[in-house]
Amino acid sequence: MDFSILLILSQDAVTNSAIYALLAMALILVFGVTRVVFIPQGEFVSYGALTIASLQLGAIPGTVWLLIILACLAAVMETARLLSSGAGRQLPKALVVTLGPPLAIAALVKLCAPLHLPLGWQVLLTMLIVIPMGPLIYRVAFRPLADASPLVLLIAAVAVHFVLVGLGLLFFGAEGVRTPPFSDAQLTIGTLAVSGQSLCVYATSFLFLALLAWFFNKTLYGKALRAVAFNRNGARLVGISPHLSGTVTFALASFIGCLSGILIGPITTIYYDSGFLIGLKGFVGAIVGGLASYPLAAAGALMVGFSESFSSFWLSGYKDVVVFTMIIPVLLWRSLSSVHYEEEE
Amino acid sequence: MSERLLTVNELHVSYGKVEALFGASLVVDRGTIVSVIGPNGAGKSTLLNALMGVLPSRGTVVFNGRDMAKITIENRVTQGLCLVPETRELFAQMTVEDNLMLGAFTRYRKGDKGIRASLLEIFKLFPRLEQRRTQFAGSLSGGERQMLALGRALMSKPTLLMLDEPSLGLAPLIVKEILHTISDLRSTGVSILLIEQNARAALQISDYGYVLENGEIALEGPSAELADNPRVIESYLGIGGGDR
Amino acid sequence: MIRRVGTITFLLILLLVPLLPPFYLTMGSYIGLYSMVAIGMVLLTGVAGLTSFGQAAFMGLGAYTSALLTTHLAWSPWLTLLIAVALTMLIAFILGAITLRMGGHYLPLATIAWGISLYFLFGTIPLLGGSTGISDVAALRLFGWELRDERVYYYLIWAVCLAALWISTNLLDSREGRAIRALKGGVSMVEAFGASGLRLKNIVFIYSAVLACLAGWLYAHMQRFVNPSPFGLNQGIEFLFMITIGGPFSFWGALTGATVITLLKTVLQGILPKLISQSGNFEIIVFGVMIVIVLQWMRGGIWALVEKLLPPKEHRPVISSSHLETRTQPPHGTPLLKVEAVTKAYGGLIAVKNMSFEVSSGEIVGLIGPNGAGKSTMFNLISGEIPRTAGSVHFGSHTISGLPPAQIARRGLSRTFQHVRLIPGMTTLENVMIGAYLRTGDGIIAAGLKLNRASDDRVRAEAAKQLRRVGLEESMFVPAGSLSLGNQRIVEIARALCADPLLLLLDEPAAGLRHLEKKELARLLSDLRKEGLSVLIVEHDMDFLMNLVDRIVVMEFGEKLAEGLPQEIRSNPAVLEAYLGGV
Repeated sequence: MDFSILLILSQDAVTNSAIYALLAMALILVFGVTRVVFIPQGEFVSYGALTIASLQLGAIPGTVWLLIILACLAAVMETARLLSSGAGRQLPKALVVTLGPPLAIAALVKLCAPLHLPLGWQVLLTMLIVIPMGPLIYRVAFRPLADASPLVLLIAAVAVHFVLVGLGLLFFGAEGVRTPPFSDAQLTIGTLAVSGQSLCVYATSFLFLALLAWFFNKTLYGKALRAVAFNRNGARLVGISPHLSGTVTFALASFIGCLSGILIGPITTIYYDSGFLIGLKGFVGAIVGGLASYPLAAAGALMVGFSESFSSFWLSGYKDVVVFTMIIPVLLWRSLSSVHYEEEE
Repeated sequence: MSERLLTVNELHVSYGKVEALFGASLVVDRGTIVSVIGPNGAGKSTLLNALMGVLPSRGTVVFNGRDMAKITIENRVTQGLCLVPETRELFAQMTVEDNLMLGAFTRYRKGDKGIRASLLEIFKLFPRLEQRRTQFAGSLSGGERQMLALGRALMSKPTLLMLDEPSLGLAPLIVKEILHTISDLRSTGVSILLIEQNARAALQISDYGYVLENGEIALEGPSAELADNPRVIESYLGIGGGDR
Repeated sequence: MIRRVGTITFLLILLLVPLLPPFYLTMGSYIGLYSMVAIGMVLLTGVAGLTSFGQAAFMGLGAYTSALLTTHLAWSPWLTLLIAVALTMLIAFILGAITLRMGGHYLPLATIAWGISLYFLFGTIPLLGGSTGISDVAALRLFGWELRDERVYYYLIWAVCLAALWISTNLLDSREGRAIRALKGGVSMVEAFGASGLRLKNIVFIYSAVLACLAGWLYAHMQRFVNPSPFGLNQGIEFLFMITIGGPFSFWGALTGATVITLLKTVLQGILPKLISQSGNFEIIVFGVMIVIVLQWMRGGIWALVEKLLPPKEHRPVISSSHLETRTQPPHGTPLLKVEAVTKAYGGLIAVKNMSFEVSSGEIVGLIGPNGAGKSTMFNLISGEIPRTAGSVHFGSHTISGLPPAQIARRGLSRTFQHVRLIPGMTTLENVMIGAYLRTGDGIIAAGLKLNRASDDRVRAEAAKQLRRVGLEESMFVPAGSLSLGNQRIVEIARALCADPLLLLLDEPAAGLRHLEKKELARLLSDLRKEGLSVLIVEHDMDFLMNLVDRIVVMEFGEKLAEGLPQEIRSNPAVLEAYLGGV
């Protein structure tokens, strides 16, 4: 292997790592705040890439239907909850809040989809469609289970993963898509040619990670989310509602997933079920961080990216095997270094 | 002229099939300190947790003229009810200042502009917290933690502050300091429902007292009278002695 | 009665399935195979509170190992069965050993990774035939007779499945089984009675993996060919779905779930693609939605609904002709427990500082002090639940500080917990039986094959005896969770006594008791002292202690404040000050 191949592989590795790092952040956040091991995180990646691909073809993405279905389910559940708790007066407002935005988004997409809008608008529309799914999924699947054990939440997460993958196939079919790159520019530094798309990925991920750091360290809402992750009881006693924090967290998760999907679309072919493996690689990164530490998770994401990239060169068929087997020594290391603790149910 | 702030009627709490509180009734008037004393396991913490909505309960709780049934913990905080539990529940991995600011989370959501000013007031009340403002809550001593828990609670500008054993595990000097602070809080208009194992101290700083035994209110009366009640003296103000 | 009729009906239906058309026979065989895996999942997930997504991979391991070795090396399937099981146990042991010490979510995540890796390996390694797999796998031979007839194979599968059901049921009704059922509430309770939580979790995981491997082996020799697709992660997830829908807390739930999911999958795979006019596994959408609904509305699955309609299970009467051996208590007054300069610090916070005291045999010592004085911490330092920072604890002639709780329990120390740790769903009797964990040595295999009956009956008799002694004999067969909190504390004492201890550690035993019940408890403890037992008791109720204990140790701020006879303590000014405080 010569130096230039090394550089190319490293460039690939860093690009993928950036995506895995973003996903690892989302996974840690969701786990910390809601105790959900969010297996379906990767589905937002697929949805993001496939939705923008549909928009680029001038078609209405199937995800719009999912958005409407979820909104209707959420509305039904909210109605049942309000009526059974005797708060029927709040019903009209709750219905407007739950149904209004998704329906407005659907109408907007129907209007704009055939117009072949410029890329920026397509990205915006994609985000408008995919991001609300996070909070809606939280409302429909996880909020009623708020008091359940982590084991039950995990089973629910896997069930949601099944539903979303199945629906992905239903909406987008088995065909893969590869969206055109955001920029055709090439940056040449010595022997290294960096594609504009890679630069886009670096810049966006870096910006987003910085934004997250600012949000968690400087804003009271961000601090409130961290507080929930550290101490749920304490957070409730100062008036931080677990439902609010769950909603915000899932919105961030779908945002990060969708963004990753849009970024990765031009780099690799995305199928309805590709997101799952991408999400799991984010998990390997998150596990390096013990599902708690953001910097360690970022390091873990780099490790995943590099081992994936280099093993694809040497052992192309075993690329995924290498990445997922790596979790064993990582867990061994964590197991030996962590203090023994147990979860009470 | 006293005005009812909290009216609790026939409160029942059970853990599974096991009852921990059988029909406790009590009232707290605006601007007063009310103490609840009683042996360990009598249901004192259970009472506060039920009032805060942490534990499900039966019976009526009317706070500030509103029925609290079906109101979530968060909304009780918004309406001016605040609990400092026995376990304190601080955010150990966050700084003292962040802990205090989060105490005002419900005010921040409502767009209250006076939060910074409140923070300065808390620092005036507990100068030690100001010295430690950038330290993690987990690194504080027991007394400082208790001050932080009190400070965080006050940041929400509560109408009724419920304190579960504020003297727990603290050295006598610090207990004295904390109890003085609590007693002084009355002048700020906040009402306090206080649970204490240190019965003598609790009765000294409170206006009215209840004795909780085996999940029921066994005795009640103005604190000064309770402190002179032979049964209370025998059971709580001294150790040992006769059959109960 | 109804239960028995139900079982017989079920067996009859099983017996008659081969009379139906071949399609149903194949379904029946599949249901049998999946039920085997699901039974292991119930034990793992519903009973022990762990979970795995890698069961399909273990099934694949069994199938591929046998397929490869029988086709390439022409080894006997019976030999390859042993190899497959050994391999499965090894891998399950490794996965368990590195993940089970950590939080509950690491095992499932590790099994996802393992499942995916193995699936890719099946599809990539040329020797394994890639995605086409291995064909012409040998048929099973039994006494020179080849099992090619699908009906015979069906009976073989169900014979193995019912055996797994029988063994698993027996296992739960044994010393190790009761400890396994207690795992969900945390390991500290079973460890206080001498079991190793980690070992039990590992056993459960290995056992469930072996069941899956067995099903895979049967599958390979039934299909006579293997390919990767039935062993993917999705199948692993479907096993979890089977028990979630069927009922995760009962082995019958496993059978129910395997049946429902297998049949439903076949039906949906027929209907959905036509409905949607597109090919694909759309049934996963329906399964996913079903699971979310089941989790939100009926956590016990279908079987819980059936269980509600059935009459309660009958309880085996307590009979035993012989008794468990008991320890001889050391002569009165010999030093038993010696705590020397023990300190516990949490970061900068010192919870227990330089504590020293002794307990002699036949003595009741009270440990008192205001709330937060560090009494419970002191207690947990003695029992080994939390490690000390400095100092040492001696028990008899042994140094017990630094030993894990299970080892300390082995030496004759038995305890109750401040926050009651009973298993609410188990009967009071079964809860008390956990106390006798170390008094019999029945292993997993003996339990599974029901060879432990005689010694288990002795444990039952012993537990009943202790319950009689504490006056809760009539509550023997009710779930422990339905007792009052005070009585639950008493059950904890019976459980501790069931361990036949030299020293009993009681953490606030009288809290929540009524006046008369307290008197009863005091009488019981005095009786125990007469029998030579020693007791260290943490308690708040001074009246209760004063007339009971021989000596009192007072703690404040983690330190020893005073020590002496009850009368001395009562008039000790420092103690009065600590208790009265004042402003």
